[in-house]
Amino acid sequence: MGQDEFLFLLMGLKWTVALSVVGFVCGCIAGLGIALARTCGSRPVETVVSGYIAIFQGTPLLMQLFVVYYGLALIGIKVDAWVAVSVGLTLHASAYLGEIWRGAIEAVPKGQTEASKALALSYVSRMKDVVLPQALRISLPATIGFLVQLIKGTSLASIVGFTELTRAGNIISNQIFQPLTVFGIVGILYFIMCCPLTIYGAHLERKFAASAR
Amino acid sequence: MSDISTTKASAETMISMTGVAKWYGAFQALNDINVSVRKGEKIVLCGPSGSGKSTLIRCINHLEAYQQGEIRVGGILLGHQAKSIDAVRREVGMVFQQFNLFPHLTVLQNCMLAPMRALGLGKAEAEGRARQLLERVKIAEQAEKYPAQLSGGQQQRVAIARALCMRPQVMLFDEPTSALDPEMVKEVLDTMIDLAREGMTMICVTHEMGFARQVADRVIFMASGAIVEEAPPVEFFSNPKHERTRKFLGEILGH
Repeated sequence: MGQDEFLFLLMGLKWTVALSVVGFVCGCIAGLGIALARTCGSRPVETVVSGYIAIFQGTPLLMQLFVVYYGLALIGIKVDAWVAVSVGLTLHASAYLGEIWRGAIEAVPKGQTEASKALALSYVSRMKDVVLPQALRISLPATIGFLVQLIKGTSLASIVGFTELTRAGNIISNQIFQPLTVFGIVGILYFIMCCPLTIYGAHLERKFAASAR
Repeated sequence: MSDISTTKASAETMISMTGVAKWYGAFQALNDINVSVRKGEKIVLCGPSGSGKSTLIRCINHLEAYQQGEIRVGGILLGHQAKSIDAVRREVGMVFQQFNLFPHLTVLQNCMLAPMRALGLGKAEAEGRARQLLERVKIAEQAEKYPAQLSGGQQQRVAIARALCMRPQVMLFDEPTSALDPEMVKEVLDTMIDLAREGMTMICVTHEMGFARQVADRVIFMASGAIVEEAPPVEFFSNPKHERTRKFLGEILGH
């Protein structure tokens, strides 16, 4: 495998990183909304939102990407593959992160909310200053774990024809007929992205476990 | 003449609860509660566990919603709309059994948060107020520490300072010494006694009968969600009228 082929893989890697970042950042923003709606105390809102979460947790990411990609085209919205994939990943991430953070918000002791209510803090301040900082801390290991899943999940974007790392590997492998070498390198590239995150997550978990004692 | 006296009385009334009732589903937690607390008055609420005493004081700042009757705090009618609830909460400080300090903020930040967010104070003013009140509860030197680095008694004194930073007209204490190791009870009670001497209106749910004798203007005894008896402490302890009060006092003072 020559330099050109390797550079082509790196181009794919760039798109994998871009997709992961967009999916994660947009997923975080939407996921925060989901988590807050899921804990807002209004039964109808919570039911609708838990339905949303159930749909995205109960179906394969691949199917979600198909539905968004072909679905958007079907209702007349013509978008690039990469926009469709970003939207799909965002929806997927928002459901998972929303559920992770809902758990974390509920894990913050009830006394914290009561104390902030007794101090006349508004809902926004209660969440922003008291509950979310503590919930974020609780959820950090799980959030990082999900980020790792999401990075690997972007490989499914190859199915709808988006040239990220996996599809780049596929193309090269078809050209030079060395699938083992090519996918070995592709695997190593994924590993280099994910492994430090996993180690960092485990480190945070240990750190918080120690400080909780 | 009578008009003037009622106006005067209501001006001095800090908290009035009239016919307040509350249910958890089918269980009636509070039954026809009528309490009037004058400005500067110190009330000790006692009773067996499950008698509704915590529920009662938690209704005063609407941590629990009540379903019947009327509560007024400093002239504000406590309805169920956010506006009146916030107005009441700005006037009412509360100290909890489990302290409920914010663990991710330093002692100083714990005290500054609500004055800045709920009263709109600037940072410098909030900090000045916080340091002054931490001084008053004799814990100023711990201002930069986090709650977990303090003892239980210190944490509870910080919680008192945090509530006082809102300059409340009323302080509610919900079993403030029940979660403390015995050797730390005194420092918290001393802080509360100081506060009482300075003229704060206080309602304390507590089993510390020594504190009740020393500080309370009135002791209210509750059982099964209703007020059974209320009397000045001397009378309450020496001559309890109701059978349930005698039984309760026998149980907590009898060893």
